[in-house]
Formats: sequence, C-alpha cells, structure tokens
Amino acid sequence: MEQYILIPLLPLTAFLINILFGKSAIKDKAHWIAIPAVFGSFVLALMAFAEVMGGKVINQDIYTWIVSGTFKASVGFLIDQLTAIMLIVVTSISLLVHIYSVGYMHGDGGYYRFFSYLSLFTFSMLMLILANNLLQLYFGWEAVGLCSYFLIGFWYEKKSASDAGKKAFIVNRFGDFGFGLGVMLIFLSLGSIHYADIFSKIGTLQGHSIAMFGYNVDLITLIALLLFCGAVGKSAQIPLHVWLPDAMEGPTPVSALIHAATMVTAGVFMVARFNPVFSLSPVAMGVVAITGAITSLFAATIALVQNDIKRIIAYSTLSQLGYMVLACGVGAYGAGIFHLYTHAYFKALLFLGAGSVMHAMSGELDIQKMGGLKKFMPATYWTFLIASLSIAGIPGLSGFFSKDEILWLAYNGGIVGRIVWAIGTLVAALTAFYSFRIIFVAFHGKFRGTHEQEHHLHESPKSMTIPLMLLAVGSIFAGWVGIPEALGGGNFVGHFLQPVLGHPHVHAGEAEEKMVMAISIACAVGGIFVSWIFYVLKPEIPKTLVSQFSGIYAVLWNKYYVDELYDAIIVRPTTWLARSILIPVTDGTIIEGIVNGVPKMIAAFGQKLRKLQTGYVQHYAMSMAIGLFILFSLVLIGAVK
Amino acid sequence: MDYPILSTVIFLPVVGALIILLMQRSNEGLIKWSALTFSIINFILSIPLFTSFNKTTAAMQFTEKYKWIPGWNINYALGVDGISVLFVLLSTLLTVLCVSVSWKSVKQKTKEFFAALLLIEGSMIGVFCSVDLFLFYIFWEAMLIPMYLLIGVWGGPNRIYAAIKFFLFTLVGSVLMLIGIIVLYFNTGKSFDILQMMVTNYPFNLQLILFWAFFAAFAVKVPMFPVHTWLPDAHTEAPTAGSVILAGVLIKMGAYGFLRFSMPILPEATKAMAPAMMVLSVIGIIYGAVICLGQTDLKRLIAYSSVSHMGFVTLGIFALNIQGLQGGILQMLNHGIVTGALFLCIGMIYDRTHTRQIADYGGAATIFPVYAAIFMVFTLASIGLPSTNGFVGEFLIILGGFTASKTVGTISALGIIIGAGYMLWLYQRVFFMEVNPKIQGHNDIDLREILTLVPLIILVFWIGVYPNTFLSFMDVSVQHLIERLNSAGQQNVAQHIIEVIQ
Repeated sequence: MEQYILIPLLPLTAFLINILFGKSAIKDKAHWIAIPAVFGSFVLALMAFAEVMGGKVINQDIYTWIVSGTFKASVGFLIDQLTAIMLIVVTSISLLVHIYSVGYMHGDGGYYRFFSYLSLFTFSMLMLILANNLLQLYFGWEAVGLCSYFLIGFWYEKKSASDAGKKAFIVNRFGDFGFGLGVMLIFLSLGSIHYADIFSKIGTLQGHSIAMFGYNVDLITLIALLLFCGAVGKSAQIPLHVWLPDAMEGPTPVSALIHAATMVTAGVFMVARFNPVFSLSPVAMGVVAITGAITSLFAATIALVQNDIKRIIAYSTLSQLGYMVLACGVGAYGAGIFHLYTHAYFKALLFLGAGSVMHAMSGELDIQKMGGLKKFMPATYWTFLIASLSIAGIPGLSGFFSKDEILWLAYNGGIVGRIVWAIGTLVAALTAFYSFRIIFVAFHGKFRGTHEQEHHLHESPKSMTIPLMLLAVGSIFAGWVGIPEALGGGNFVGHFLQPVLGHPHVHAGEAEEKMVMAISIACAVGGIFVSWIFYVLKPEIPKTLVSQFSGIYAVLWNKYYVDELYDAIIVRPTTWLARSILIPVTDGTIIEGIVNGVPKMIAAFGQKLRKLQTGYVQHYAMSMAIGLFILFSLVLIGAVK
Repeated sequence: MDYPILSTVIFLPVVGALIILLMQRSNEGLIKWSALTFSIINFILSIPLFTSFNKTTAAMQFTEKYKWIPGWNINYALGVDGISVLFVLLSTLLTVLCVSVSWKSVKQKTKEFFAALLLIEGSMIGVFCSVDLFLFYIFWEAMLIPMYLLIGVWGGPNRIYAAIKFFLFTLVGSVLMLIGIIVLYFNTGKSFDILQMMVTNYPFNLQLILFWAFFAAFAVKVPMFPVHTWLPDAHTEAPTAGSVILAGVLIKMGAYGFLRFSMPILPEATKAMAPAMMVLSVIGIIYGAVICLGQTDLKRLIAYSSVSHMGFVTLGIFALNIQGLQGGILQMLNHGIVTGALFLCIGMIYDRTHTRQIADYGGAATIFPVYAAIFMVFTLASIGLPSTNGFVGEFLIILGGFTASKTVGTISALGIIIGAGYMLWLYQRVFFMEVNPKIQGHNDIDLREILTLVPLIILVFWIGVYPNTFLSFMDVSVQHLIERLNSAGQQNVAQHIIEVIQ
C-alpha cells in the first residue's frame, strides 16, 4: 500500500531535479529524468488498478496538513474504482506525451524547463485525483492550473502567449472562488471536509436552507452549485470557457496532455466524485445538464468556421467536455467518466497529430494553407483519421461507445434529459462535420502553402509517430471495455464504476436503445457525408453560404463576441475604476485632502504666530500632539472619574 | 537558556548600534561586518524562543520583571506568549536579511544607517515583548525615530515628504493611544501591568472610548482603510531595508496591538465593534486590490497590495473565531515573509536598473532567469497558491470570516481573484514579453543576494506544506483569547449610545 505514495512522488522528484539542476547540468537530457519517473507512476497505477479490480479500496491519511480548532485537513489517498481509472488515463497519456515531446521540443532553449513543468503537472494532477478530502483536491486543482499557466506561457517572450497564460489563471480563479466557498460551506454544515464524512452525512442536510444575501436557498443546492463553479472554470464550460481556446498558445504536447486529456477533465471528475451531493439536488443537476448541453452546442457551432487547426480541436474539446458535464447532469456519471476516458485517447491523438502537422509545416496553423498532406505524412494522416472517426462516433471505435452511452442515458433522463439528448444528437452531427473538415481540407486536395513549406514537408520522427500509433490503438479499442449489453457486450466500465458512481435507472427498452443508437450513427455518417460534399465534391458551397449568411458567419467567426463582452463589462471598468476614481479621487483628493488639510490648517495658524514658531514641521507636529494630549486627557479623566 | 533571553535580544542590537557609532567612518568593511555579526548573533540567540517555547500554556514565558519607577508602579516587565513569540523571531531574521541586502546599496552615511537598523531591531522586539504598558509605549515610540531617519535620510527623491507624513500619521495615532494608556492606568488601580488589565472588567462605556483611542494608533499602523495613504509614500521613498522592516514587522504592530490590547482588555467593546472592523477590513481588501491594478511603480503596487493583505489580517482577527484568529496571526507572519521578500527582490533589481517604473521593464526572465524564478515563488505565495504560506493564512481567514458572516466572507474571497490579477499582470509586464532595452546588459543576482532570499523561500514552503509547526505555537494562546472574549457579556451598542446621549 505504501508504494502508491510513489505515484505522485516520482514525478515530483523529477520536477525538483530538473528545475534545480536542469539549467546547469542536465540541459537536453531532462527527459532521462522525467520519462522514467512517469513510467514508474504508470506501472504503479496499473498495480493499483489491479488491486482495485480485486475488490480493494484504499483510503488512508498520510499526514495532517492544517489543523485549526475543529478544522482539520490532511494529505491522504483514496484509491477506488474512479481514482483507478483516472490514474490509468493520466499516467498513460502523460507518458506518451513525454515521449512525443522528446522529438517535438528538440532543440528548444527551454527544454529542461518544459520537462520539469510536465513532471510538476503530472504530480499535481495525480494529487488531485488521489485526494481523499476537499482541501487536497483544491491543492491539486490550483496546482494543475499553475502548471497550465506556466506551459501556456512557455514561450513567454510572445505577448499573446503570456496573455493567454494569465487569462487562463485568472478565469480559473473565478471558478475557484465559488469552489472555495463551497468547501467552506461544506465544512460549516458538516464539520468535515473528508469525502467519507461528507458522503455519509450529506443526507442529513436535506430540507435545510440557508440565508445568503437575504435570500433563503436550499443548502445542498447551494453547495452543489458552488462546487460546480469550480468545474465550470476548470472544464471550461460556459460562461468561463474563454480561456481554453487561447490556451492553444502553449506547445502542442501541452494542449494534448493538459488542455484535452487530463486537466480540463478535472471538473467532470470532481462532479462525478461528488455525485452523492449532486444527486440530492434536482435543481443543481438541471443546471449541470443544461450548462453542459449549451456548452457542447455553442462550441461545436464555433468550430464549424475556424481555420486554425488547434483552435478547431480546442472548440471540439469544449464541446466534448460539455458532453461529459451533461452526462453528469442526467445522473449518468459513469458514462461521463467513460467518455472522459475514451476522449483522452482520441483527443490527445488529434492534438499530437496536429502537432506533427505543425512540425512539418514550420509552425503553420491555418488549414487553408495546408492540403494534400496525406501523401507527405501517412502515419500522421492515418492516425488522425482514426481519431476523427472515433470522435465522430463511427461504430466500433472508442468514441462511439462512450457517446452512445451518454446519449442513451440522457434519453432516459426525464424532460431535461430528453432536451439535452436532442442537443447532444445535433452536436454529434456537427462534430462529425467539423472533424472531417480538417481531414478533407488539410490532408486531401492540393497543397496550398508556400514552396518553401512544401519543400520542407516531412513525416515526423519515430519518437513522435510511435506515440501517435499507440494512441490510435487506444482510440479504437479503449471503448471496448464499455460495449453496451444491447450490442452483446458486458459494459465492464459501467459495472466497474457502479459502486462509486451508481447507475441511473433505465426504463426504456432495448428496441428504443437501438433506435437512439441508429439516430446517432445516422448523424455521424450524415455529418461526414455533408463535409465531403462541402470540401471535396463542391468546394464552392461553403463560400456561397458564407456570403449568404455573413451575419451568422461573423458571429461564429468571432466566437459570439464573448471575449469582447467580458472586456467591456469586467476588465475595462475595473481598470478604469482603479485609474480614474480610486487613485486620483478617493486616495488622491478625498483622503489626502483631509489628512494633509489638518497639518496645513495648523501651518496656517502657525503663520499668524510665526514669531513664536520655528518653521519646522516636526515642531508643528509636536505642538499639535501636545495640544491634543492635554485636551483629551482633561476631557477623558474628568469624564471618567 | 540561563541568560535573560528577551532582554538580550532587545539590547544586544542597541549595544551593537552604539559600538558601530563609535567606529571610524572610513572603515566601511568593519562597520558592515559588525552589523552583520550583531544581527546574526542576535538571530541565533533568539532561536531558543522557537525550540524551548512551551506550547501547552497561554501564560507569558521567558518572563523578566524588575521594578523600574516604583513611585508610578512602572515595571520593566517582559514576556512572550504564542501570539508574540513568532514576531520576535521574524524581526531577528529580517534584520539579518536587511543588513545583507543593504551591503552595496547604501553608499552614504553607512555608519549611521546600520546603527539605525540595529536600533529599529531592538525597539521592535521590545514592542512585542513588553508586558508593561508604559514600557510598551516607550518602545513603540522609540521605533519611530530611527524609522523616520531611515526614510528621511536614505530614501528616494521625495523622502522628506514621505518621512514627515509617516511621522505625523503615526504620531497622531500614538497620542490618542497614550491618552488611552493613562486612562487605563487610573482604572486599573494605578498599574501599567498588561496581565492585570487582561483580567480586569472595565465598564462598557469606558471600553468603547478606549477601543477607539487604541484603534487610532493601531489602524494607522496596520494600515486600515481609510488611514492607509502614508504607506505607499513611505514604502516608495524608503530604502530597501526600510521597506522590508516596514512591511515585514512595523505594520504588524497595529494588528498585534489589536490582539494584545483591544481584544483581551476591552473584550465587550471588541465584540460590539467587530462588525464595523470586519466591514473596514473588507473595504481595505477590495480597495487595496483594485487600486493595485492602476499602479505604475513597482514599490507602490506592492505597498497597496499590503493594504489588501493586511485587510485579510484584520478580517481574520475580528472574525473572533479560532480559524480567523489563527489565520490572521499566521497571515501576519506570511505577509512579513512574502512582502518583505518582494521588497528585497525589488531592491535588488533597483540596484541594477535604478528604475521602479513597471513600464521600464519587460523580458526580465530572459536577462535574470534565477531572479525571475525566485520572484515567481513569492508572487505565488502572494496570490495564495496552495502549498505556499499565503494559502494557509488566507484560507483560514476566509473560513473564519465566512463563519462570522457569509456576506463578508464571500466579498473578501473576491480579493483573491483580484490579487491574482494584479500580481500576474505585474509579473507579465516585468518578466515576460520582449526584452526592454533599458534592462539589457545587467547581471543576474549573485550568491549574496540568493542567500538573502533562500531563508524566506524555505519559510514560504515550510508554512505552506506543514503549517502546524507554526499554528501549534499560537493554538493555546488563541484559545485563551477566545475564552476571554466569550466570558465577556454581549452589549447592545445602539442602546448604549442612546443612553449616553440621554
């Protein structure tokens, strides 16, 4: 049992070694420290998984972090079915991204820095999923955010990169603000922040309400919504989604690891972990489901028109995260985690594939300047195609099983469920469309870049293509552990997670399940087909549509102007308040006026008696002090006695 | 341990200062090395306070008591408890670092500078150790003079204005406190004994008046909104060591005053006034944080951030529950460490570039990589990242505040968002983006400077990862304080005001 402490400690050690000695001694050998460490964590994670499979759940405190009165927070590990799956996802993707980065970051001046941040991230993410109490979760939560800040702004000389890093951190702080209050409210209501205590006692709060700002609110609903604030920030749901597309400024392996496969799913993980709380509040569940559904639709529509390959994939990530969140919202936590798990593989593959393309295109991101890449980089093409088929939901691949599970359980989830099912099905079609838009525009047709770029085109080195192939295997087979009973499978994942996440009640029959499945397959195939018509058969159609619906196009192209809105209602008014009101008016005129006015009055008085005065301000102060002293002494002593 | 440890750590620096004053002005090496030696010896002598402190009692420890002016019943009485002991250690540590950081940057009147620094050390330790109110007042005022000189003589271009402003603000506050002290003296059977005052029950009306008299002195020192405007000027003009002492220890004395006097001596008034104090604190938190967004000067920005951070401290204290109080005291320590460190860092880069304008920087991470990494650690501690000391303090404070009032807790938590905003923006403008030609060609920080910062880095993570070392010091004393507050009756202020008017 003790060996599992090493799961987070190995990457932490690698981080410390690289950050302290990387610059002077290790330099471009940093991966020799980082990769063995994460490999060790991966092996231990497999052992932990095997142990949990055998029916064992570990819940152990390691040391007491903070004690103050009755408040007690410890650092400890909870390894149950949910944690075990997350451990596999995080360590395996992290390992592959580490290997890929050896080729991708080769020759970069900050090579050692890159690997130390990757190790620090892996440590933080593992601490987050291993936590057995809220404060440790919060530690991991903020620490992964910090790594994300470091890695988005990795090329800090670029203003856009350092802006994006800062934005990610601050937007996340908005979510963490709510999350932190949620933690406190849980402590105040239940007297503990340990999962085991929370889950066993949360039922006693049913029917309680609490006064906030003069309103009476249902306590459990408030707790759930405050916790959900954190998830909205970390998992980039509306309205705090704005940081994720900008996060693409970071190196591509980072986008794959942090901004697709692991960190951004922490919000979903947290909601699933707290399912005993969320399930007690129908209102909170409704909010979760609707937020997820709207985010998935909103992001998918933006992805339709973007040209930056990484941003398209980023919006697709937002959309898929919306899927996972809506799954939680209809009580299908297991399906949400299942999708989190399959998504990690195909989305990491898409990003790493995009990185491979960028590598060949000297950093070019615009898909309109690509084309015909298939014949230059076959390994990248075929793996990218597998990932796209998987995300589109083509039967037999990972993405199909998890997406289908979500849609089917949403379909069963009452009125709200039926609505989000409809939205989810529409999104499935859109997803297939924009995913294949990349395939057709970037990989098929004629090359449209410069001659220099064309001359430079090459397949990426083995250290990059091998991780792609391994992820492609994952994108196909990872979902096979969750083949539904309707298709003759065992739905192993669903049953495995059931002790932690439960399973929603399903009342519709198998015929309906097959119908829902057929609809989503039709949507996927239809999306791909339309994409083929638009970008291969009749390339003039998109152009006509753009000119016909230029208003809608502008809204989508500008991402619904959300950034501009926030700038106008939050950023600008705050800085204006500081610069134009607080500094010159309140501090500069009012307070300074009063405090400088008193000595000035005394100085003016002194002017009249200047024969008696020396002209030193210290003396005025002294006379003022003595005067005040005598005056008040007389008054007070007289009054008191 | 068989030496009078508190008297030693108070008066050894004073002796050191006198010896330095007797030295030859031209022998700068000797002056600096003596100052360093005295400060280091003093730090070493203060370590038994950390290792031999009895954490199981709320009583004063390491006590010394001698009759001083028997006619007025004035004693030379010293002692520390869980609330004050850590600040003695912080003072001795920061003084060493201040001597180190001033090694090359102080070029004129070196002798007087180091003597003044050691005098400040002695008097501020005296403030934390006094258990006699008269003695306390002597130290409180004594500290003002060398500090005034430090700003006025070795400060920036606008130093005279800043020094006088600092002096006037604190003096006005101190005068009101002196009156309060005298009133207490007559109402405690002509005694200045603080321990006796802590068990005396004063009439509520008297408590209220005294509360505001002490408030004047303490609020200015903290500084609480709206009497904070001396701080940015004082910080901006003060030499690096002056800013470090100001931020690190001097402004803690205001909060310490609330803990040592207002709460245990005037418990009923404290309870009655706590809501008002919390509101002022929250205003300070948000006001100080927002105003940081408009700053263009490095030191001014950190100075205003102190207003915000000290708002957290007073919020925690006046939440009047254990989490708030422990968080508040811990955050006093944290703020001393982190803000002290930030001022040290700014001083180091100022020694090279001679500019504090944020706009003159950019790309410093490329030119000063080691410096940038260290500055990042303190930035993160300042914005309260978990595993740094700032998180533990702020979390406990907000938890305490939230327990006392949901609204106050919620609004204060907003300060954390803005805090991340101004600190990361500052960091971006100074360290990221393209290199500003104005900072080109300078060297990264040297070994002396790194060694100056390392102790503070260790403390940042020590308190962040294992705060119980420090929380356990104050545990019993804080419990005791809360019992004292709880034993006092609840008073209806409005009713009393009406009675007074009638």
